[in-house]
This record gives sequence, structure tokens and C-alpha cells, in this order.
Amino acid sequence: MIPNEQSTFGRPVARNRLVKDRLALIAMYGAVIVSIIPLVLIVWFLVVRGVGAMSWEFLTSSQPLTYVRPGGGALNALVGTAYMVGLASLISIPIGIAAAVYLNEYGRGAFAVAVRFFTDVMTGVPSVFVGLFVFTLLILETPLGFSAIAGGTALSLIMLPIVIRSTEEILKLVPQPLRDASYALGATKARTTMRVVLPAARSGIATGVMLAVARAAGETAPLIMTALGSVQLVTKWAAPISALPLYIYDGARNPFPAGQERAFAAAAELVAIVLILTVIARWLASRQPKGARP
Amino acid sequence: MKTVEMKHLSAYYGTFKAVEDISLTIRPGMVTAFIGPSGCGKSTVLRCLNRMHELVPGARSEGAVTLDGEDIRGEGVSPAEVRRVVGMVFQRPNPFPTLSIFDNVAAGLRLEGRHPKDEIVDRIEAALKRSQLWNEVHDRLDAPGASLSGGQQQRLCIARTIAVEPAVVLMDEPCSALDPIATLRIEELMRDLADTYTVAIVTHNMEQAARVADYTGFFSIEEAGAPGKLIEFAESSHIFVNPTDERTERYISGRFG
Repeated sequence: MIPNEQSTFGRPVARNRLVKDRLALIAMYGAVIVSIIPLVLIVWFLVVRGVGAMSWEFLTSSQPLTYVRPGGGALNALVGTAYMVGLASLISIPIGIAAAVYLNEYGRGAFAVAVRFFTDVMTGVPSVFVGLFVFTLLILETPLGFSAIAGGTALSLIMLPIVIRSTEEILKLVPQPLRDASYALGATKARTTMRVVLPAARSGIATGVMLAVARAAGETAPLIMTALGSVQLVTKWAAPISALPLYIYDGARNPFPAGQERAFAAAAELVAIVLILTVIARWLASRQPKGARP
Repeated sequence: MKTVEMKHLSAYYGTFKAVEDISLTIRPGMVTAFIGPSGCGKSTVLRCLNRMHELVPGARSEGAVTLDGEDIRGEGVSPAEVRRVVGMVFQRPNPFPTLSIFDNVAAGLRLEGRHPKDEIVDRIEAALKRSQLWNEVHDRLDAPGASLSGGQQQRLCIARTIAVEPAVVLMDEPCSALDPIATLRIEELMRDLADTYTVAIVTHNMEQAARVADYTGFFSIEEAGAPGKLIEFAESSHIFVNPTDERTERYISGRFG
């Protein structure tokens, strides 16, 4: 298949370089296929097991009181996820963006280096430890108990470093000449940040925030020790509450087929939510002001 | 229009001395050009005139810069106040990408925050007419500033600068990213602006300085890493026809730099 010597514009090309070229190509295709296999299997598995169990009843009703019973749904978990991810977003998005503005626009010297370092450390902290931390801080030390407030707090600690670092990376990309234009008109630093830098970075910031929200929606470990879970539809902030990952975890580890089936349906629901958020994030990121030239 | 005067101005980036002991006067109603080889500090000098220089971390300057005798770094004078009186146009056109053409020009006025709406509309129309952009954009003021061509964007930036009616307009190589025809329009604009503003430009292009400037300052460095110095400052007709300093003569005749 590979000719002994290939002539390009009358010049010979060494055979071993052609062989290396083919091998590298084959290796890359192989790597792509291997990395796609788990992804395809996950989606296939979810479609087969989860979408089959999905129904209008599943979306609009709560869990039956025992796992044995068929029917019912995951509304209690969906509401819990909305409560806790919502609370976590309210806490972590404003604080995270403000911290990123500090790091990129104002931060100089040792304090900024320390903040950036601890943000990186926080990104790497196992999420089960975040749950343990909030459990110790809010549940053992205060009368609050297992609740959406504790769960949302734990999720906010997961989201915060992601929001900070992704926002900081986007702010770094805002060109200096744009800031100069604002300063040259006599704008202060605060006004330049609010009116020029943040608007220029808004689609990128939105992407980072969406990815953080998607990550928080899928976290299980921090919620086990903070939200605890509940089989009932709970709309209180200070009572044990379910969430989609908790619902999946509970349903999948019990021995009854009806419970396991509901777990798969809830997994499909969770993946659909994360997928929708990711698509929204991509859409926001690709959006340019109308008619702008690249 | 105000007279800008530099006295023994030196500028630093950290410990590096970028320019040393510059003294010259930029006259009102004239175009003054700074020319010289790359790295000679001519842009740094320009950025000292509206205190943009000090935005660079570690940057500082010594000596005095005055506007009609008033120290721009005097006690109680904020950089923002100075920049409202001394406007600046940059090398690459930098319209605000999220704002419309109208809002780009209005940005400076809205900073002042006390103009009635119809006054803003009038002043934006006047600024766009003065910057020779009105005919091209009057029917699409809501379009994003970034939708214009490079030359139009630069004229938009000039409109944005003059909309606040500064006393001095600084231009830092305003044509270096533009084609010859767009460059010509900006040059005509510079001449026109000099009727009502004090105009100072930095340019790499000696022909541009010869065409546009009434006065020209030639900056140079003796060697890499040495601070830039003002070699000669005189009327352009003098600098380009009969320079006093031998280094100026070598530079403008293309034998150096």
C-alpha cells in the first residue's frame, strides 16, 4: 500500500516517514474511538433503561412510600435539586464573579497569589469532604439539621472555585485596549470594570457559570451528609430534602426492580437537565453581538 | 484648546528608565508629531500627557506636565479628570464591542451624567459629522460599533473622543492598522481637528508627520536599554528640510533606525 518511494514535485520522500505518518494517524483514530466508547455506552444505557421508564407520571409525581411499589416519580427529587442548585447559584455566582474581578483587575502581591492558590486547592478537594465540612459546621454545630440550606451551602462550595477560575480566565481575555479606551474617556476603574470589562466577557462568564451549575446538579456525595434525602415532596428550606443524585443513589442500591427502574429514569432526567444547561452554555458562548465582524 | 508643556519629564517602567529629561511645548491649534525608531519612548511620552502611563503596574514618572500652566498631577487632581480634558485615540481601533455606534460615541458623555437626552443626540451628531463618519452611519446608529470597517472604527473612536469636547486630543499611531485610503481620511481629520483642539500624534511614518504636523519632535535611543531622549524639536519644515542635529538628518534620510 505504501510505495517504496513517493515522488512529490520530483522529490523523493523517505519511506519511514510515510510509515510514521500512517501509524500516527491510526493511533489518533484509535484514541478517538476508545474515548468515545464509554460516552456512547452511557447514553445508550440511559436511553434503553431510563427513557423506557420515563413517563408524564414520573415527571409530575413523587416517590411511592416504599421502593417495592411501581409507578410514582421523582418530582420530590427534582424540586430538591432546584432548591439546592438555586441556593448554591445565588451564593456562589455573585461571590465567584466578584472574586474573579478582584483577582484579575485588582489583585496584586501575596494576597492575590494566596487567593488563587486556595481556589485551586478548593477545586481539587474531594466533594465528599465538602459534605463532611458542611455537616460539621452547620448540622452538628447549629440547630439547622439536614436541610436544603445545608445542601445548597455544600453545593455552593463545589461551584465557587469553578466560577472563580472560569470567570478569571475569561476576564484575562478581555483586551487591554478596551480598558484603555474607557480610561481614556475619564472612566474610573470601577466603572470600567462594570460597564466595559464585564459586558465584554458576559457570554464567556455565562458559559463558566452554566458548567458550574451542571456540575453542582450532578453532585451526590456532599448531599448525603447535608440534605439527607426524603421520599416526600418537601418545599421547606429547613427540612431533609431529596435531590436527583440522591434519588438515583437510593433507588439503584435497593433490591427492588421498581425502585431501580425509577433510578434509571431519574438518571435520564438528570442527564437531560445537564445536557440542556450545556447546550445553553454553548449557545451563549457562541453568541456574538448582532452584525459584529470577527 | 490648551497648551501642553513638559518640563524635565522622565518616565519609568519599574526600574527601567524609558525616557529621560523631555522638555517641550505642544502649541494649541497645531498638530505636533513625535517620530523616532521603535522603543525610543515616544508613545510613553504621549501616555504621560493624560496619565495613561501610570496604569501600567510599576510605571511612574518624574518632572512636570502642565495644561495652560496647571500641573496634571497636582494635589487633588484625579487621573479621570485629566483624561476628560486630554482625550486619546489608540493604535488599533477599540470601539466598545457590546455597544451600538450611538452608544459608543455617547459613552464619554454618559460618564458626565447630567446631559438631557436631546443634547446628547445633538452632540453625537456633531461629533460624527466632525469625524467624517455621519454620512456613512446616520441611518444605522443602532448597529454595533464592531460592524464598521477598520477605518470607520477609527473615525468612530475619534468621534467618541471629541464628543466630550476635550482641550487636547492625543493620537498614538492612529493609522498604523489602516490602509492608505483610510489613513488619508484620518490625516485630513487631524488637520481639521487642529482648528479647535491641541493635537499631538505619535507616528512611525515620517511622511505622515511631514504631511500633517506643524511641529515635529524626533526621539531616539543611543543603544538598546538606554532611555529615549528628545533629539530635536522644531517646526516640521525645519526638521524635514534642514535638521540641526546630525542624528535627525540620518534618521529622516533613512540611514539609521
